[in-house]
Order: sequence, then C-alpha cells, then structure tokens
Amino acid sequence: MAEKKVIDARGSFCPGPLMELIAAMKMVNVGDEIEVLSSDKGSAGEIPQWVKKVGHEHLGTAEEAGVWHIKVRRTK
Amino acid sequence: MGSGKISIVALSDKREQLQMAAMVASVGAVSGHTVLVFVSMNALRYFVKGRREPAPAEGPVGRILDEKKVTPFQDLFANAVELGGARIHPCSMAVDVLGVQTGDLEPWMGEPMGLMQFLDEAEGGQFWSF
Repeated sequence: MAEKKVIDARGSFCPGPLMELIAAMKMVNVGDEIEVLSSDKGSAGEIPQWVKKVGHEHLGTAEEAGVWHIKVRRTK
Repeated sequence: MGSGKISIVALSDKREQLQMAAMVASVGAVSGHTVLVFVSMNALRYFVKGRREPAPAEGPVGRILDEKKVTPFQDLFANAVELGGARIHPCSMAVDVLGVQTGDLEPWMGEPMGLMQFLDEAEGGQFWSF
C-alpha cells in the first residue's frame, strides 16, 4: 500500500525545498506520495517542473496562508 | 530529463557568486545533466573541511542571504554530488599554491584536477564561470 510522507521545508529558499524533496524521493517506494510544504513561491513553480522533467507525477499544488502544498508521486 | 553537460568554474570568494554556482550545480545535477565543477583561486578556501564562516557579500542580496539563512552554498554543492552525481574538483594549481592536502577539503570533493583535463571534459557543453 502506498505511503504518504510530508516534508516541512517552510523557511527554506530555492533550491532547498527541491533538494529536500529529491532526498526524500530516494527513500520512498514507487507509488508513494510526498507532500512538500514550502513558504518559497519560487519552489512552488520549480518543483512541478522538476517532477515533470524527471518523469514523476505532480498531483497538485495548493496555497494556503502563504504555504504551498506540493504533492508528488514517485513513479519509477 | 536533461542530458547535457554543465561545466562550472568557481573562482570568486563572494557569497553571491558561490551561491549561484552551487544553485546551477545542484539543480543541473538533479535534473539529469552531467555536472563538473572546477574550484580555483579565491573560492577554494571555502571548500576546506569545516570552514563555515560566511563568504563576504558583494552587495545587499548577499547580506540578505545570510539574514534569511538561505541554504549554505557548501550544502548545495554537497547535494549536487550526493543527489545528482556531480563531480567537484579542486584546481591542482590552487591546491599547490594554498598548500592544502586533499584530506583538508570537503569529503565530497574529488582529487585535484589540472586545467587541461577540465577543459577537455568541458568541451561541447554549457560553460559557466562564477
């Protein structure tokens, strides 16, 4: 069964949240979901671009009170 | 996925320059590029193991980087190696001039590299200098 993991990267600036996501991606299984919490608007744009570029799945991004919730799934 | 080659020369001891070099290296490496970094001149002393005092800022943005505790460039270079397979080498000339040993440098750095080898490896790819 797929697991869900949350990475709290609030307070970190680009490319910090992306690096935290990639480090976490190496630790989870294919099919698992990771939600990155980021207060950095730039990372909210960069992370989905990276996910698309490397072939994982971007499940969605939502902003709430200045925090972006970026959900991705490891696909390979 | 990117599949190109990115070669970076890091020379400056200024915070902004080293930060940008580390950003290009880390993001390039984790995006599938083959990244090679050549560290020389005034930059090299910031790659001595455990040396974490801030590099001097060139301008206001460099000072803000410190105030906001942006990820240190050393950590981003380490990310480039550990997460993206980048190779980071000290310039053999700078190593000799500064009198540092390979073991004095950050553990994620490779062996000293000569300019000829770097230029050969950089041929045909993107080239960045900071």
